[in-house]
Amino acid sequence: MALNLILLALLLVAGIWTVLTTRLVRSVVGLALVSAVVSILIFRLNSPLAAAFELSVCAGLISVIFVTTISFTQRLTPERLEERRKERLGKYWYLPVILIIAGILLIAFKPILDFPLPRVPSEQDTRNIIWHMRHVDLLGQILVILAGVFGVVILFKEPKK
Amino acid sequence: MVPLFVLIPFFSIIILNLFPKKLMQHLSFVWLGFLSLAQVYLVAAHPVWFWDTKLELWNLLFSFHYSVDVITLVVLLCIGIVVFVSLLASRAMISDVHQRVNFKNLLLVTLIGMNATALVTDVFSLYVFIEITAVSSYIMIAMNKDALGLEGAFKYLILSAIATVMMLTAISLLLLLTGNTSFETVGAGLAGAGNSLFVRVSIGLFLCGLFIKSGLVPFHGWLPDAYSAAPAPASILLAGIVTKVSGVYVLMRLAVSVFGLTPSVQALLMFIGAVSIIIGAIAALTQTDFKRMLAYSSISQIGYIILGVGCGTKLALIGAVFHLFNHAIFKSLLFVNAASVEKELGTTDMDKMGGLTQRMPVTGITSVIGLLSTAGIPPLSGFWSKFIIIIALWQAGNFGYAAFALLASIITLAYFLSMQRKVFFGKLKAGLENIKESSISLIVSQAVLAIITLGVGLIFPLVISWR
Amino acid sequence: MNLAYTQTFWYFYIAIMLLFVMGAYYIIASFNLIRVLIGLELLIKAVTLLSILTGYLTHNEGLAQALVITLIVIEVVIMVVAGGIVVSIYRNNKTLDTRKLKELKG
Repeated sequence: MALNLILLALLLVAGIWTVLTTRLVRSVVGLALVSAVVSILIFRLNSPLAAAFELSVCAGLISVIFVTTISFTQRLTPERLEERRKERLGKYWYLPVILIIAGILLIAFKPILDFPLPRVPSEQDTRNIIWHMRHVDLLGQILVILAGVFGVVILFKEPKK
Repeated sequence: MVPLFVLIPFFSIIILNLFPKKLMQHLSFVWLGFLSLAQVYLVAAHPVWFWDTKLELWNLLFSFHYSVDVITLVVLLCIGIVVFVSLLASRAMISDVHQRVNFKNLLLVTLIGMNATALVTDVFSLYVFIEITAVSSYIMIAMNKDALGLEGAFKYLILSAIATVMMLTAISLLLLLTGNTSFETVGAGLAGAGNSLFVRVSIGLFLCGLFIKSGLVPFHGWLPDAYSAAPAPASILLAGIVTKVSGVYVLMRLAVSVFGLTPSVQALLMFIGAVSIIIGAIAALTQTDFKRMLAYSSISQIGYIILGVGCGTKLALIGAVFHLFNHAIFKSLLFVNAASVEKELGTTDMDKMGGLTQRMPVTGITSVIGLLSTAGIPPLSGFWSKFIIIIALWQAGNFGYAAFALLASIITLAYFLSMQRKVFFGKLKAGLENIKESSISLIVSQAVLAIITLGVGLIFPLVISWR
Repeated sequence: MNLAYTQTFWYFYIAIMLLFVMGAYYIIASFNLIRVLIGLELLIKAVTLLSILTGYLTHNEGLAQALVITLIVIEVVIMVVAGGIVVSIYRNNKTLDTRKLKELKG
């Protein structure tokens, strides 16, 4: 229990760092850190398969994708960095407003969670579920990957000069 | 044999891509045409050997729990027709062979996504196939890589991903409430849980996600940009079927089979439907670009469908489904007109057009049919579906909404007639002497759609008895 | 067993809400298109955590994991396509600033 609390606090700190930092690459590193902490939390919630998937894919593959995308675009020069910093300060006021609204929502929603949890007997092994019971989702995943391949082929080609 | 709707296009993507490019473009054109026409035939003629036999061998490998009812059949019919029209339009509008092959691949993926959305019985699988349709639409809009298209695609991506997050949150909350994600379990659980705030929050979140996907006010920000910025065959596909299947049809399916139409859901749907009708109609008045005007009128017509669904009576649902079918047909017709105008004139700005019928007779006449059907003139099909929705609203006691829908219909009518006169009839504008009629595939698709609109309007009593 | 009295749920619930808030803030308040994508990623992380938590609470971890794995695959493909669009926008306009990209007004 205490470990869960420490992990949640770490999650929030990493999230705030991702959102408030000025440089883009640090934001991506922050996202990878958030993914790693989420993966550990998922493992603590009795779901090892999803935790392994999340760690390898989100904390790894997606960071690679972001860094690749950033490498295709221009680096920020120091003068523009300074002027960006000043502009962003003006936008920081959104965050407390949204936090206050979220706090109100949290408190208002406490009494609605008063219902009994369902006790549906079900299959426990994830591998069984994916491979035997949910073929449609599997077909969907293959299709999405195909669509992604088409997208990469179409979108990443250099335009012919 | 119903899983074949999903399996055959899937295998054809894999097999077709193994051929060399030169052979592939003709082969894929013929095969896609055959698939879409086969889909239309199978729904319209409804042969028993197709719909009732089950593939025993396949069930070991690929168990697909599907359900087919009347709304599904209508949607499958629309998908077949619009994919066929989009295929013909791509032949005329995209000149580069590689782009055309890419477009046909994406068309196949979208076809599978939409067919499967219409057939599944599980909330999460629904989400997976909505995402597949959405991903291939993003790529289709951004295909030409011009500045306008990319920006439209990005806006659509962000808003659609936010809708996805909302829908997934709602699915998780429903899982918390009921324990499984198939339609029956969720439906039974929701019926048993009563009307507590938790249930309303989760249903509300799901509905908000679906409103963003269907392009209802106030979540319609992406729709005009995406429709006008996409290349012509992608606009036809988007406007004709993608928005409707992944937004409106899913709403109908959930409202009928899963959520049940509680009074609060009904009130919400009718309110949003009415607001969409009026804002779509007013915004369409002020546009100067042909495709943007068509996009805003799409928002307005989808508002009619949602108004019908929100009303909840059997007659209203019939009207809503019929209007879905009609809107797919005549909106695709209008977008094919826009495509042929764009191809011949090079622009879609309405200020530069005038008196086009003298040079492009087929386009002019079919656009008259399309616009009159949108506005709801008898005896075209658009009139009948709007009429049914208004009558159903009147019968259910919502006099205010019925009068409102009638009024908005009259406003739409007035505007469309004046716009029609200016663009297609009237004097020929100065620079337009040399344009000629557009290419044969566009003519064929326009003619087919116009005949369907006229035909459905004229034989309407027979259609109603078929239901 | 009642949901409102499950202890683990409370802390997770607060953390998930805050993740949603941070993701939404990042999407609204950023000028760079890539930051918008990072905000979207944060939202999807929050939903992932919510799904797994739901699975844990209803003793249905198998189903929840199947959902999350499918979700992660779809998320990767969306990020790849979004990255492709961002790179193409950059090649067209040489800038990724949302204030300078206001061609469409709608």
